[in-house]
Amino acid sequence: MKIAKKVIAAAWLVLVLAFIYIPILLLAVYSFTDAVMVGGAVDGFSLHNYATLFRNEELRDMITGTVLLAVGSALIATVLGTLGAIGAFYSRKTAKGLINYANQIPVVNADVVTGFSVCVLLIVVIGIKKETFVPLVAGHVVLCSPFVYLSVLPRLRQMDNSLYEAALDLGATPAQALFKVVLPQLLPGIISGFMLAVTLSLDDYFITTYTKPSTFDTISTYVVNATKGGQTDIKTALWALSTIIFLIVVVAVVLMNVLSGKKRASEERI
Amino acid sequence: MTGALKLRFNRKQLCIPYVAFLVLFVICPLLVVVYYAFTSGTGSITIENFVNFFTNTNTLGTLLYSIAISVVTTAVCLVIAYPVAYVLARSRLKKKYVLLMLFVLPMWINFTLRITALKEILSSIEGNLSAYPFLNTVTGMTYDFLPFMILPLYTSLSKLDKSLTEAAEDLGANGFTVFMRVILPLSVPGIISGVTMVLLPSMTNYVVLDMLYNSTYIMGSLIGSYFAAYDWHGGSMISLILLIIIFVITLATNRFSDDETSGRAML
Repeated sequence: MKIAKKVIAAAWLVLVLAFIYIPILLLAVYSFTDAVMVGGAVDGFSLHNYATLFRNEELRDMITGTVLLAVGSALIATVLGTLGAIGAFYSRKTAKGLINYANQIPVVNADVVTGFSVCVLLIVVIGIKKETFVPLVAGHVVLCSPFVYLSVLPRLRQMDNSLYEAALDLGATPAQALFKVVLPQLLPGIISGFMLAVTLSLDDYFITTYTKPSTFDTISTYVVNATKGGQTDIKTALWALSTIIFLIVVVAVVLMNVLSGKKRASEERI
Repeated sequence: MTGALKLRFNRKQLCIPYVAFLVLFVICPLLVVVYYAFTSGTGSITIENFVNFFTNTNTLGTLLYSIAISVVTTAVCLVIAYPVAYVLARSRLKKKYVLLMLFVLPMWINFTLRITALKEILSSIEGNLSAYPFLNTVTGMTYDFLPFMILPLYTSLSKLDKSLTEAAEDLGANGFTVFMRVILPLSVPGIISGVTMVLLPSMTNYVVLDMLYNSTYIMGSLIGSYFAAYDWHGGSMISLILLIIIFVITLATNRFSDDETSGRAML
């Protein structure tokens, strides 16, 4: 009875993992061939998809653009969100509650609505040109900063408040106390907030479509357009992109686990 | 001079830039959307936009289709994810964290690329994708949102106090009763936050439908088509309807909410 239960449980996990990974892995296998569709004729091993991905200027620009946008908006979001969290944490209860509510709006809101509303205000009402990238970056910061705020706030709660007071008593200016005492303690929250911001921006489609300049594309908007077009060259080069991103994610997750495992081990030793 | 400035420096003031940002780029856009929803192209105040929405069979059909897609997707995600989260949370494996990572790792791959992968597989199985639009859409949405259901369920199930289930067993409850009367009720916060994380995106993420050649509209597609037609009033009206739906869902789920299991914040 117990063994049967364990077998069923394991079988379910394997089945779900198969559902998750078969498409990605199969696409990865086909990205190394000449095939123009999965399940289609395969003419042996080929790296031409990877060659296209690195040689095609349009694809290269699109990838650099996506990464720059993600890192740029994440940096702005991290500064805003962190300062916001520190300020809100020390504010009076009502002010704090109001900021928390406002912060929650983009979190629960649908990305379509967020993107559309930013577009209507900035582009239609105020008349900022899409080509300035201001609406696009603003939209991405709206998407990301609430999550930075949410990942910094728990760190503030855990922090020993008397450290800041002690720094002041020992003659530090408030700014010094902030940079030398408070911020280092918040660092893990700030870093994870930043990482989260980068991933959210990289994954976004809706805010980007509604606010981007017409000549600019991120991976998401590019992929959606490419699947509508008939260029098989580009289509299969995107398989290569998918495979590279998959590998980067796997390496990043493994590294993160190894690092946090080491940290945990060293903490246990203490 | 600068000395005086430094003295007046106050930690509370640090939130001023962020508050200004929230007001300018979050609250103001929503106010504008509300204003646009109730005005026509000529600037006069009207509720015509809404009357049209709720009297037109096409748009009502879109609303119903969105609800059908999102409810079925959420149910499928829950049925797939609950056993996974349950097995992982109760497993005594030392490295179960690695296993959990394996289930949520695709979350970090761009969703359009993941849907591309799924689309290639589905079209090699089905031949013509447009033959099963509903099935394909639900599969695509499930593929996209499954990690967001697994994570909160896992969090709430792994926090569950083992002594409670042991007590129920000692008091004579069988496995099924323990699950129904102890484990399931205690995992409600996880279920609720998983459901809210899947329900709403699956009502609005029209890219999944587009990429899988499902030409039926959901609520999100309406905003997309109004955007393409520069009809800001129509788009705002749909946005407002979605905002109301979101508000109702948030209110309804708030009393079950559990800070640690809520939102994409756990990513």
